[in-house]
Amino acid sequence: MPDQPVRDALTETLAHQVAGRLADVQGPYFGPFGGRYVPEALIAALDELETEFRKAQGDPAFAAELTRLHRDYTGRPSPLTEVPRFAAHAGGEPGDVRVFLKREDLNHTGSHKINNVLGQALLVQRMGKTRVIAETGAGQHGVATATAAALLGLECVVYMGEEDTRRQALNVARMELLGATVVPVAVGTRTLKDAINEALRDWVTNVEDTHYLLGTVTGPHPFPEMVREFHRIIGEEAREQVLDRVGRLPDVVAACVGGGSNALGLFNAFLDDEGVELYGFEAGGEGVDSGRHAARFSGGAPGVLHGARSYLLQDDDGQTRPSHSVSAGLDYPSVGPAHSWLHDLGRATYEPVTDTEAMDAFRLLCRTEGIIPAIESAHALAGALRVGRRLVAEGRTDQVVLVNLSGRGDKDVATAARWFGLLPDAEEER
Amino acid sequence: MVRPAAGRGGGAVSTTTTSRTGARLDALRAQGRPALVGYLPVGYPDVARSVEAVTTMVDAGVDVVEIGVPYTDPVMDGPVIQAAAEAALAAGARVRDVLRVVEAVADRSGGSVPTLVMSYYNPVLRYGVGAFARDLAAAGGAGMITPDLIPDEAGEWVAAADEHDLDKVFLVAPSSTPERLQLTARASRGFVYASSTMGVTGARAAVGRRAEQLVADTRAAGAEHVCVGIGVSTGDHAAEVGRYADGVIVGSALVRTLLGDDPWAARLDALGRVTAELADGVARARTSTTGGPS
Repeated sequence: MPDQPVRDALTETLAHQVAGRLADVQGPYFGPFGGRYVPEALIAALDELETEFRKAQGDPAFAAELTRLHRDYTGRPSPLTEVPRFAAHAGGEPGDVRVFLKREDLNHTGSHKINNVLGQALLVQRMGKTRVIAETGAGQHGVATATAAALLGLECVVYMGEEDTRRQALNVARMELLGATVVPVAVGTRTLKDAINEALRDWVTNVEDTHYLLGTVTGPHPFPEMVREFHRIIGEEAREQVLDRVGRLPDVVAACVGGGSNALGLFNAFLDDEGVELYGFEAGGEGVDSGRHAARFSGGAPGVLHGARSYLLQDDDGQTRPSHSVSAGLDYPSVGPAHSWLHDLGRATYEPVTDTEAMDAFRLLCRTEGIIPAIESAHALAGALRVGRRLVAEGRTDQVVLVNLSGRGDKDVATAARWFGLLPDAEEER
Repeated sequence: MVRPAAGRGGGAVSTTTTSRTGARLDALRAQGRPALVGYLPVGYPDVARSVEAVTTMVDAGVDVVEIGVPYTDPVMDGPVIQAAAEAALAAGARVRDVLRVVEAVADRSGGSVPTLVMSYYNPVLRYGVGAFARDLAAAGGAGMITPDLIPDEAGEWVAAADEHDLDKVFLVAPSSTPERLQLTARASRGFVYASSTMGVTGARAAVGRRAEQLVADTRAAGAEHVCVGIGVSTGDHAAEVGRYADGVIVGSALVRTLLGDDPWAARLDALGRVTAELADGVARARTSTTGGPS
């Protein structure tokens, strides 16, 4: 082992190298985005969280416990599935566009959300707090949080927009079965945004014994960086799996972007691979021109919401504009600050996918591959097909497209059945 | 104190001019009482009537006015203020309307009642931080209270406020560390807003026990003036808090008088009565002691 001065020099060199990697940028800022735009009352808790997170990062016992939970509880590594019958819809000759799905839908609780939740729940234990609160849109994060709370014996309260409790009644029942209290939020737009406001109010009031287990890569520092770290396993596994399967890196990596946690978790492993094109697909709702969408990069502008500076749907008075998506999980007016930074850097491309395009891709994956995706993930599937067709039109062959299947569609069966007219009350809902 | 000649346009920023809010608090301290700081949102139930409400409050004894910009995502506010803000937005309230109300208060009081704007950061960011400071100063405003903007993120606002001699009121909370109390005391101008309790705005049965200690700690950290808000709703609360604070900030208890379906004149009467009760509270805050706070 080298002596101390040499070790220090090595550490410093490594630190410089790491500082140059997009994948390892630390908060509070991602370029001009991020920060901490929150009431002073929360700063002590955020500082405590950051300190505990940094300590945990350097603690092999923490890593070992998280690895054990990933393996024995979540079921990681999640598989990589090639979907040739689906990929055929990108056009070209067979094999021109190969599509691989990273199967986060096969995780315990049905989505990528469990990666972050288990990491934060272990931090809650380390901090000695006894209560967790969470926000949820589609319910995936709420279910994951209720699950981890049950596993570790924590009290759990989940805030959910009243509109979303109606859209995702099955997940409300699931959270309650797991012992959580679900609080419907009946103010504002009654969706995810307002659930986050209520969770922040609760946290300001009860911060001494309560951890806000935030579900995506937004919010005040350290959440955007910390949640990315807990999800980076998605991309690291997928990168290795693609290399193993096709002998090279993918040409295109695609994911849906609500807050952006599944996308950042996947993108992160490829951020410093210049040849890999990264695509994030936002909810285009009824079309960006309709005004009923959640396409922050097409229809928004930089601003501040929920503790971070980032792209935001807002009017010319700085009021948050209501967002819309067929998917409760993408129905959020802002986006994680790292995505805003990647957008402005030009490192990732963000495009809207309409409700109709997403539901068409949803049905296509069901019928060609026997996989029912979450409607969130269906946005990524539709976008991947669009990009695939573009690649074919450019005459590119032998293209490898990696798509994050961030969640499974069990929770969305009622929405999809109504969309496709398979339920008697279909006309009422459409 | 006077502004140094190089203060504007030369790149240097001046923080040495007298704060209008601070001067008002000093004048009241000399009279042996704290200030009553009253909050109302702009645009509830509409802009014209919110002007009537604010002037009613001034006439009934408020010493410093706090005017809220209604915002879609007010995470520091409880249900009463949020309800008023939602209604104000639904009625079409705009950020620029706050300037009209500021002007109205300045006209009504002959400039003697400092008026602070309370705004979440995004509406100001969207308006343009420099433009907002310029227009607020031109309208006769004294400064701004920023519930979701901590000094760490406030470089742009601090520069703009300094350029236009505006007060910068940042918040401290019972959870603030001594280091953060110092940081906030240094960054603030006018006064430091001490949250009496951990939580959002709204009337409570009792004011947080930690408020008195927080005021003492904030003074020890260098703040010249500390006002206490959150949870103050009665004359007795005001008298209790006014014993040790430079000002008593009341929001929800005043806003509540304006909610509901009573005729507007009756609601204004109620607002005047509650304001007068609170003014009576601050007037007797220090009568049982030998002087103001040290």
